[in-house]
Amino acid sequence: MEIIKVKNLNFSYDETTPTIKDVSFSVEEGSYTTIVGHNGSGKSTIAKLLDGLLEKKSGSIEIGGLELNEANIYKIREQVGIVFQNPDNQFIGATVADDIAFGLENQQVPSDEMPKIIEQYAKKVNMYDFLDKEPTKLSGGQKQRVAIAGVLAMNLKVIILDEATSMLDPQGKVEINALVNELHEKSNLTIISITHDMEEVLRSDHVLVMDNGEVKISGTPEEVLSNEKELIDLKLDLPFVYKMQKELYNVGFEFEKQLELEGVVESLCQLNLKR
Amino acid sequence: MSIEFKALTHTYNEKTPFPYVALHDVDLEIKEGIFTAIIGETGSGKSTLVQHLNALLTPTSGKVIVDDFIITSEKKAKDLKKLRKKVGLVFQFPEYQLFEETIEKDIAFGPKNFGVEEEAAKKKAREMLALVGLDDSYLNRSPFDLSGGQKRRIAIAGILALDPDILVLDEPTAGLDPQGAKEMMQLFTKLNKEFNKTIIMVTHDMEHVLHYCEDVVVLKKGKVVHTCSANEFFNNYDLLEQLHVALPKVIEFKKMLQDKGIKINPEIFDMHELALELKEELKHG
Repeated sequence: MEIIKVKNLNFSYDETTPTIKDVSFSVEEGSYTTIVGHNGSGKSTIAKLLDGLLEKKSGSIEIGGLELNEANIYKIREQVGIVFQNPDNQFIGATVADDIAFGLENQQVPSDEMPKIIEQYAKKVNMYDFLDKEPTKLSGGQKQRVAIAGVLAMNLKVIILDEATSMLDPQGKVEINALVNELHEKSNLTIISITHDMEEVLRSDHVLVMDNGEVKISGTPEEVLSNEKELIDLKLDLPFVYKMQKELYNVGFEFEKQLELEGVVESLCQLNLKR
Repeated sequence: MSIEFKALTHTYNEKTPFPYVALHDVDLEIKEGIFTAIIGETGSGKSTLVQHLNALLTPTSGKVIVDDFIITSEKKAKDLKKLRKKVGLVFQFPEYQLFEETIEKDIAFGPKNFGVEEEAAKKKAREMLALVGLDDSYLNRSPFDLSGGQKRRIAIAGILALDPDILVLDEPTAGLDPQGAKEMMQLFTKLNKEFNKTIIMVTHDMEHVLHYCEDVVVLKKGKVVHTCSANEFFNNYDLLEQLHVALPKVIEFKKMLQDKGIKINPEIFDMHELALELKEELKHG
């Protein structure tokens, strides 16, 4: 089922220059979509439009069968949550538990039910031991995990990660990537990740490549990454496994294209045996 | 010229019930004129270490020697202003420190503060703006209307306007997109190679260490645990594993091949050279 349907979406911050131009795409429920494009391509604007933080100029956005409009906006927000880039800019609560509770309060969850829900999701993101801590005392990776717990606790259907790992140290990046992969595998949560990480693109089900407010290429990672020249023109890099194989083919190696490094190593080892 | 740390210990909140030893008995020499990476996990003491280089922090014990300047706990360097002109320190997210109405004023602020005449400071601002890759049309614009990467260039131009011999950068590419990060690293390489500046960079990005840095200093829990060339560093798989760093992909690939018994020249870090090497190794015979 398609949980998000965007049709002919247009948006501009001012009267003269359109930021989003006639964008259409859809997202399957439970899928993991990555959106890539250089800075200023409109990626984050799309995220804000999907959550109703910005108001579209024309076109339509449908989420979970509901048209996003003024009347439905709160119902939409019960389905879509965003985790932003800067882990310091999204905390409200005095403790980790309070922070997770904030979204629940907004959804008018009875207060006697809250502790159980908070504990459940804190455990899920491996932050149970930190429930009484101040969010400011946490590392960046821990902060982002709390933010994700807050979104999960509200039982949302769609989570949008807006470069959620870009300000984290390597350890924090690893933590969040692992959590996102686990959520993708074990839950029916729909994940949309705005990213610069072409290695993350390889792990997703569907990719949208944006440039100048438009969706330029879309499809599976394999389909999208086959447009090598276009991607380079858009100042996007290819994942290492693609670049390395290209170098190997250029010096005369012949083996079937592999999507993972293990496969490349395997192919090379077979050539080694044959000689 | 020399940059040396001798038995340096730095304790935060020393005279309180909650002292925290951020650096413990650090002995370290950083070579002049080259590009050195300072790496280590969050909380390992990287930022504390580099903030001693211009006496923003002073040692709890031990000393830091930068050329003629000696920084100890008793006294800051004899001439702090001269030291700060010699060592330019760029903090994490330096764009948060922009404050003037125009870009020209922001870059010229430093030189003027050091007694340079208005006109000369403005001239310097124009030169530095060009150096960081922005044209004159930016001079009278507000620094706050720019993109994150551009703002960071302006902040760095402000430090460069003091013409430091040593440029200290604390995670200069954090939060930038890959293209912006690459341009930033190319700027530092240019400053190092063409303008002979000593570059000391705190970073988490191993791809940057691999492609741009010459020496690597590894900190762990407030101690220097390893100092070596980038070349040695990326061949020391035991060390790399202990550090829990995200390996550059080319290193990961090399290691996978080596684990399968394929011989690869340890000096090779480039994809094209690696492909040629593999051709030699596998296609012969």
